[in-house]
Amino acid sequence: MILAALIFIPMAGGLLAWMADRWYPGAAKWFALVTAGIEFVLAIWLWLQSASAMALPAHGGWLGETRAEWIPRFGVSFHLAVDGISLVLVVLTAFLAIVSVACSWTEIQKRVGFFYFNLLWTVAGSVGVFLALDLFLFFFFWELMLVPMYFLIGIWGHENRQYASIKFFIFAQGSGMFMLVAILALVFVHYRSTGVLTFDYFDLLNATLSPSAELWIMLGFFIAFAVKTPIVPFHTWLPDAHTEAPTAGSVILAGVLLKTGAYGLLRFIVPLFPEAAAHFAPVAMVLGATGILYGAFLAFAQTDFKRLVAYTSVSHLGFAVVGIFAWNPWSLGGAVMQMMAHGISTGALFVVAGILQERTHTRDMQRYEGLWSVVPRLAGMGLFFAIAALGLPGMGNFVGEFLVLMGLSTSSSVLASVATVVFVASVVYALALVQKTFHGENKHGWQLHDLSGREMVTLFSMVAITLWLGLYPQPVLNAAPNTANSPPAIAVAHHEVNVE
Amino acid sequence: MLPLLWLIPTLPLAGFLLLALGGSHLGHRSIAVIGAGSVALSALVAILIGIDFIAAPPPGFVFRQEAWTWIAVAGFSPGIVFYLDALSLVMVLVVTVISFLIHLYSTEFMSRDEDYARFFAYMNLFVGSMCILVLADNLLFLYMGWEGVGLCSYLLIGFWYRDPANGRAARKAFIVTRVGDTAMAIGFFLLFTHLGTLDIQPLMQRATQQWPEGSELAVLAAALLLGGAAGKSAQLPLQTWLPDAMAGPTPVSALMHAATMVTAGVYLIARTHALFALAPAVQLAVAVVGALTLLLAGFSALAQNDIKRVLAYSTISQLGYMFLALGVGAWSAAIFHLVTHAFFKSLLFLSAGVVIMSLHEEHDIFRMGALRKKLPVTFWTFLIGSASLAALPLVTAGFYSKDLILWQAWSSTGGNPWLWAAGWGGAILTGLYIFRVVFLVFFGEARTVAPPETCRPGLCITLPLIVLAAFSVVGGWIETPSFLGNLTLFSDFIQHALPPTQVVHSGKNDEIILELLAVAASLGSIALAYLLFLRYPAFLHELTLVPALASLRNFWHFGWGFDHLYEFLFVRPYLWLAHADQRDVIDDIYRMAFSCTLRWLQKINRHDLIDNIYSGLTGLCLFLHRALSATQNGQVRRYAAAIAAGSIGIIFMGVFA
Repeated sequence: MILAALIFIPMAGGLLAWMADRWYPGAAKWFALVTAGIEFVLAIWLWLQSASAMALPAHGGWLGETRAEWIPRFGVSFHLAVDGISLVLVVLTAFLAIVSVACSWTEIQKRVGFFYFNLLWTVAGSVGVFLALDLFLFFFFWELMLVPMYFLIGIWGHENRQYASIKFFIFAQGSGMFMLVAILALVFVHYRSTGVLTFDYFDLLNATLSPSAELWIMLGFFIAFAVKTPIVPFHTWLPDAHTEAPTAGSVILAGVLLKTGAYGLLRFIVPLFPEAAAHFAPVAMVLGATGILYGAFLAFAQTDFKRLVAYTSVSHLGFAVVGIFAWNPWSLGGAVMQMMAHGISTGALFVVAGILQERTHTRDMQRYEGLWSVVPRLAGMGLFFAIAALGLPGMGNFVGEFLVLMGLSTSSSVLASVATVVFVASVVYALALVQKTFHGENKHGWQLHDLSGREMVTLFSMVAITLWLGLYPQPVLNAAPNTANSPPAIAVAHHEVNVE
Repeated sequence: MLPLLWLIPTLPLAGFLLLALGGSHLGHRSIAVIGAGSVALSALVAILIGIDFIAAPPPGFVFRQEAWTWIAVAGFSPGIVFYLDALSLVMVLVVTVISFLIHLYSTEFMSRDEDYARFFAYMNLFVGSMCILVLADNLLFLYMGWEGVGLCSYLLIGFWYRDPANGRAARKAFIVTRVGDTAMAIGFFLLFTHLGTLDIQPLMQRATQQWPEGSELAVLAAALLLGGAAGKSAQLPLQTWLPDAMAGPTPVSALMHAATMVTAGVYLIARTHALFALAPAVQLAVAVVGALTLLLAGFSALAQNDIKRVLAYSTISQLGYMFLALGVGAWSAAIFHLVTHAFFKSLLFLSAGVVIMSLHEEHDIFRMGALRKKLPVTFWTFLIGSASLAALPLVTAGFYSKDLILWQAWSSTGGNPWLWAAGWGGAILTGLYIFRVVFLVFFGEARTVAPPETCRPGLCITLPLIVLAAFSVVGGWIETPSFLGNLTLFSDFIQHALPPTQVVHSGKNDEIILELLAVAASLGSIALAYLLFLRYPAFLHELTLVPALASLRNFWHFGWGFDHLYEFLFVRPYLWLAHADQRDVIDDIYRMAFSCTLRWLQKINRHDLIDNIYSGLTGLCLFLHRALSATQNGQVRRYAAAIAAGSIGIIFMGVFA
């Protein structure tokens, strides 16, 4: 029941926040904060409950399940379940929900109630995506997180918000259609061979597909996840959406929504279509590696602070893609680690960007310069998370990136070596960010006030988590899928990829 | 004492945390106490542990201390584990003791800086990272220290962030060393893929067991690690960052870019010597890289006017000696030179700092002169440092360490006359360039525009200078050549961790002859410097008027054109590409495809395809309406004909249906 609660609490909280805003302006954010807090406590409680189980080397994988009838005629049920990977992603989502409420505290001034409604419903949709094990339900949540996010960008975004929100919607919706068709195709193929009409994940795991059908259906899923993750060349909605979204929108987009794509690859693509995924893995890994390098390269090219950070996401999520398709314990552990660490460190960079924009009303780094002497605390935070982004050991991203590349190296050392070049490219963009924004002389005569208490608490908690992930990542690594429990055909994937 | 090992890196890191979090609320005095005090405690612990280690060695001369398991995934389980053996003990002693002296110096040297707390925070972070680097038990933990010191180097080179030039130098340092680090990371992947661990000792054992000497994998792995070492230790072709790194405050140059951080590459190769022993080709490459670097940097040092840049090139050159030693298998000689170099080079930098400070940030040696009287203590310490660097016979530490390298470059298994000759030539250059500085700065006439203020450096500055000067003299007396007492305290100790060096190419009197040649190089070069730069400067001036020589000097001055080459090969193309692709060509394709489709649709559908259907529908209705109303024309004849035709039709259908 706790799983359903994780979804319904933000929904209810969102409605309450919306209504509260009508009775008493200013109450909405408190409702949102309390809701996100309850969600976080619940998620952490669930994690602590199952931490000991996850630490066991041979745990079965599933830690909790809820199932209820929904549309029995079509074999659709309200089926939620949680394993390590969904659990850590839910915890991440709940934490970032708090962060995004905190960073909207003064930024959002118009239609506040409706804002928090959308924010919390996006969160609810994302949590649903991470928990749903019925493909119909999964698709329902997939769409549910999309629409409120569209409003977040379109209503509270920055100057170019119309273009960005429509682009986001077209990419997400267009690719979502492919997935819907693929889901239906999968269900019907399964129905034809077994006579059972079901959307249930566990039933469909046993579906027998002809090789060509498997490939086409997998590609349908892949398109949707590739757009969301994003995988180059489907990434171009992301810089616009991230840049134009309000701070909270950027945090949730980068921290949570992108993870739903990578999660989809992990949960659906490989287990449902092991053979096709095995054949497709080299392509996906090359795409992932391309994203790692291309994202880092383009990040350096930007002059807009948020746009730069947005492109770093393309680079960082490339690691997750590579890690998932390399499919060995190291790369998978690294992929999960990377998802968590990226959520925190990139989220924090967006918070920093939001704070800067709220004070200076610009995101153009050419207009910043020399802010170190003006806002030393904020600059210190910016420096810290830029360094986290470049993957310094001792911080979360490094563990993820190193494990992914090391795992990849055991199957394809050439591709791993090429991808490792990002170690240089990431330093180049991260230092460019620090230089352009914080170093130099304060030529533009900025006079800004430094971090407030609320902002300090938000960013400090993210600093602490980044260091924790970097120095003691084991709780998260334990949550990574155990390859020993995976369908045997996935092992084939590994051998196929082994080009050595 | 040994169980306190973890305190050595932890104390400076705690200092860093205190200063980073509370630095803005602390006064100068508390900042200095925390900054220097934490390192002092760390050095104290290191010394006590060192005494303990030597007095009562742990079994196998190795002490391991595990804090926790860092990562554990499917057999890959690097830990936060400290590893103390003879090699890491020497390193950690050098690092902490010199760090403490430089911190003490900095408390006074930096006292007028507005960012006092930030300076000490970064310095403490550096010391902590460096201790992690030298104490790490596995390569991943080592990498944490390795990248940590790289970060601190970046932060401290760019410490005076207001000047964009400092920022550029700082970024250059981080990026260039990171190129090497990337190679090193790929090397780690390779080692793990084939040997299944990154714990250094098991790794070396497995490598020796599984890989035959000269095997492809061993060569590749060693070459990749060499890439990392070359980046950090500023060896060819990644040496370009170090001269620019002088943009940082002088104590930083002394600590990181002379005494400790830049020797990390030497340490890495010594630490993984078993792997390099399996790859003779790479080991030869180490020696050749060292030999080339020491010569190239020596020439460049001759052509610099900035006192700190002379010292920077000198550091590159001396690191070249260490690489040369590593390459010929003279492990203990390399580490010995690392230690003495740490003493005399940090001494030189700190003395140069006093000179620069007293002349109001003047760096140009041609605008100094006659400072011997005005800065007597600094003069003597700088002179001692220079003598040690130039390997002045018998009385300096540099003499013992450098001549040991020269001797073994000739005589050891990997040695040959060419490598010795490079080292010998470098020795001449060394004496020339450093005594050029001595004579120009402390002798001759005062060429300064503004006379130096008479403020005498205080005790916090003078004391470290004197201590380091003492080390620069006596530090060599623990290891002497066979004909000079044959003391081998250092190599005996270090050989608990590193293999001994075999002397193979040796005639009867080779050692003495070579030693005399080295002495001649040292004394001759000092004499030559005296003649050229003090006695007959006019002669040198005339030489520079020859265009060919002037352009050669220019070429050396700019570090043999490496910067220009890299600018042309890498920096410009990357910048250009980034600028050209700022809007992301993939997005351009989408936008173009989208707008083309839209335009095409508009074109074929100018009058709206669907609307055409509707208007077609109305047209059809209209037509039918006209057609039907045309039948209602009132002519009986037509009605009768229609009825007849209809009846025939119905009958027809009735019959045939």
